[in-house]
Amino acid sequence: MLRFLIGRVLQGFLVLFALYTITFFLAKAMPGEPFTSEKNISAETKANIRKLYGLDKPIWEQYIVYPKNIITEGSFGISTSKGRPVIDIIAQSFPNSLMLGLCALGFAIGIGVPIGILSAVRKNSWIDWSCMAVAMIGICIPSFTIGPLLQIYVAAHIPGLKVAGWGNWEDILLPAFTLGLVSAAYLARLTRGGILEVLSQDFVRTAHAKGVSPTQVILKHTLRGGLLPAVAYLGPAFAALISGSFIVETIFQVPGMGQHFVNAATTRDEFLLLGLSLFFGLLIVVMNLLADLLTGLLDPRMRQSGGTD
Amino acid sequence: MTNQDQANPQGSSLWKDARARMAKNRFAMGGLWIIILMFSLCFIFAWFCTDPNQVNLINKFASPSLDHWFGTDALGRDLFARILYGGQVSILVGLIATAVSVAIGIVYGAVSGFAGGRTDAIMMRVVDTLLAIPFLVLVIVLQATLSDWSGDATRWIVENFKWDKEFTGRLTNVIPLFFALGLLGWLTLSRIVRAQVMSIKEREFVEAAVALGYGKARILFRHIIPNVLGPTVVYSTLTVPGFIMYEAILSFLGLGVESPNSSWGVLIKEGSNFLETEVQLLLLPGLFFSLTLFSLNFLGDGLRDALDVKAAKD
Repeated sequence: MLRFLIGRVLQGFLVLFALYTITFFLAKAMPGEPFTSEKNISAETKANIRKLYGLDKPIWEQYIVYPKNIITEGSFGISTSKGRPVIDIIAQSFPNSLMLGLCALGFAIGIGVPIGILSAVRKNSWIDWSCMAVAMIGICIPSFTIGPLLQIYVAAHIPGLKVAGWGNWEDILLPAFTLGLVSAAYLARLTRGGILEVLSQDFVRTAHAKGVSPTQVILKHTLRGGLLPAVAYLGPAFAALISGSFIVETIFQVPGMGQHFVNAATTRDEFLLLGLSLFFGLLIVVMNLLADLLTGLLDPRMRQSGGTD
Repeated sequence: MTNQDQANPQGSSLWKDARARMAKNRFAMGGLWIIILMFSLCFIFAWFCTDPNQVNLINKFASPSLDHWFGTDALGRDLFARILYGGQVSILVGLIATAVSVAIGIVYGAVSGFAGGRTDAIMMRVVDTLLAIPFLVLVIVLQATLSDWSGDATRWIVENFKWDKEFTGRLTNVIPLFFALGLLGWLTLSRIVRAQVMSIKEREFVEAAVALGYGKARILFRHIIPNVLGPTVVYSTLTVPGFIMYEAILSFLGLGVESPNSSWGVLIKEGSNFLETEVQLLLLPGLFFSLTLFSLNFLGDGLRDALDVKAAKD
């Protein structure tokens, strides 16, 4: 287990380093200037500003300086478009994104897993068909269609719910629901598949033969193994929630990290871009690791074979 | 189709079996027909529609009529024509990005699976690493980098080949998107191809080719890849809806397709601005979009089940 853990942490660092390298050189390749908003400044001033941000140094030096600053000073650089440290921007917007993401994950699990179990237990019945059809619809309707529709048909009619905005606890409901819907649909499909596979195994038949009640068979014998695919999906699901949050944050005007990311890409703000990419990458690496650990806890088989892959 | 199969006294092949299984899957067949319908609407019927960029400010937000089947948008442009032309871009993004990623994925996966040993291990660790990088983050950065070159590309083509400037601009505007998605979307496919190659390279006909003294490249490209091509391409139908969705997300964020081009993502974005009064501007493009994705997913699932392609699990 320890070996597995160390291996995965090392791989995580490798992932982050690869992400940094790719983002760094792509950001350098983006044409255009980061300081275009400040018009009519002399070439000298511009050179001074570039010097201030360390952009005058050779590219290889810049490539090394940035990760060095992260490790030694914990500094992700200073945003060239906002003039504030990137870490401040992340610290301010991340709690909002995290709240949104966690609530969405809650919705996804709360809706997806029961639906998956239900349609697996009632396989090939009309319940199964309709659950899976709804799940497929959930995958195919983009959040930027559902979001606005919820705004006009739900938020506008229920007192207390705001069409957009952020501040009270109930403001999180609609964006989190919108965001969680796609993951809920995937979870439902994975849960159904996982449980059906376990249900076809011999020990389930044995349990039935022993006279265990059908409910007990599902709860005690099937659920643990049947939920494995769904648990393994939680890491990628979290990644999907984060990338999906770009959209939902725009629609519901949530002051999260999504907008900063899009702005950074459009204003050539390379430090903000690098900082946010690395932060997203770190989150996803950590979530994948947690999902793997959870899978290991649920499935003893993985614990033995997981280390070598 | 099934009658022919039954009438055929000879044994049945993999593809014939698959076709029979496919024909029985009502969801997949329904999906197939809707896809065919969408294709004919967007790529054939669209030519007979009014110009989707024809602005008519007097006639904005018109209700559906014989002239404008779905009414008109905020600039008086025909919504039906815009949906069909937008569909061209959306579907093309899905198909071309898939083609790019299949091309990369097949070669990479086949080389990895065929080489085996340490080469294979390293190549697969590279894929694992790239898979862990947030996809949308990279697409946004790559798209931003590529799209700034598209202006230069337009100028270069107009100057050197005397192409129509507007047409060239529309073309170079969407090409970065195809590549940004395709260049990053091949990872899962390469694992599937690798798994297939690994099982095929143990078969007798490969052994025979080795015995005949053929070179490795020839065996790989002439004997192995043609045999994995079918299942791989079938599996890749499942990636088309994913790419279409990514295109829409990028366009919705204002990082994808730009005017005068339109796509379903752009139309949904425009529609959501007039939500309170003109909800059909959001609903109708959303309906076309979702229906297409719905059908592609069912078709892909059906094809995968019919051919029994297993997802690679390393």
